[in-house]
Amino acid sequence: MSDQKDLLRAPFELAYNYKRSSGPLMSKFFDALADQKILGTKSSTGKVYAPAAEFDPETHESLSDLVEVGPGGVIESFSWIEEPKHHHLIKNPFAFALIKLDGADTSMLHMVTECDEADLKIGSRVTANWSATLENRITDIKFFTLEK
Amino acid sequence: MSEEEKKDYAESPINLEYHYTAGSATTRFLNQVKEGKIVGQSCPKCSAVYVPPRGSCPRCGVATNIEVPLTDKGCIESFTIVHIPIPGNPIVPPYVCAMIRLDGANISFLHLIQGIDVEEIRIGMRIQAVWKPKDEWTHSLENIKWFTPIDEPDVDVATLRFQES
Repeated sequence: MSDQKDLLRAPFELAYNYKRSSGPLMSKFFDALADQKILGTKSSTGKVYAPAAEFDPETHESLSDLVEVGPGGVIESFSWIEEPKHHHLIKNPFAFALIKLDGADTSMLHMVTECDEADLKIGSRVTANWSATLENRITDIKFFTLEK
Repeated sequence: MSEEEKKDYAESPINLEYHYTAGSATTRFLNQVKEGKIVGQSCPKCSAVYVPPRGSCPRCGVATNIEVPLTDKGCIESFTIVHIPIPGNPIVPPYVCAMIRLDGANISFLHLIQGIDVEEIRIGMRIQAVWKPKDEWTHSLENIKWFTPIDEPDVDVATLRFQES
């Protein structure tokens, strides 16, 4: 029987190069990101879901009325990451935050950085910062920062 | 890519990074694979020979502590001709994945078959390992590039069934 220290151990990586079909409505949401616009969908009740939702979870109706929201918004909740791990997109301390964008009634999950933990409050105003390369992805929004 | 396609699909890769710890049976097996040797383990109760060994006999529930050196010759127990390319796989279809039953072993393992027209592959066909150059050997069955047919009579399929002892 081998000692524990003699056991072979090796790093592995399991990778799947998925392509995801985003569907007719969400495709418009992702395309708009490349134009530095964030879209929500408006329900017949007047409620605006952002990011865009294909169906209204309350009335169950199919949604198609796209409206622009943000780029500013309010932090509704956040979780501070003092020591980002290697798979995090931001290497400096940052927060995952639920952000209710201006004009929206729901919040979206994104990152807030370039601030100290003590600077963040529920209700703090933040605004979207855009990536240098726009690829029709949610990461086209690089992160949010506190409004000056 | 057309405008329509661009709208319909988003690249969405998923990566899982992890460490694999081999355990004592697999560590012993792979240490010998690194030296170009294939060593199975035998069950002290039913005598079944497992390669690659997992350290215990799933039928008897006992440790397989007897080491059994094996040859790199065997036969094809089962096979699949792969015609559909898998993204990122450097092997060009059509190619053959086969369950390899080494001589003296009671179970098989998956490897490639090369060096023959895929239409001629059959169960029971005699094959032998083609090894990479010795200086490329690592702790992996990839030290064997693939198996290739050898000029020996086919094995009777009935003998491939698990032998009760």
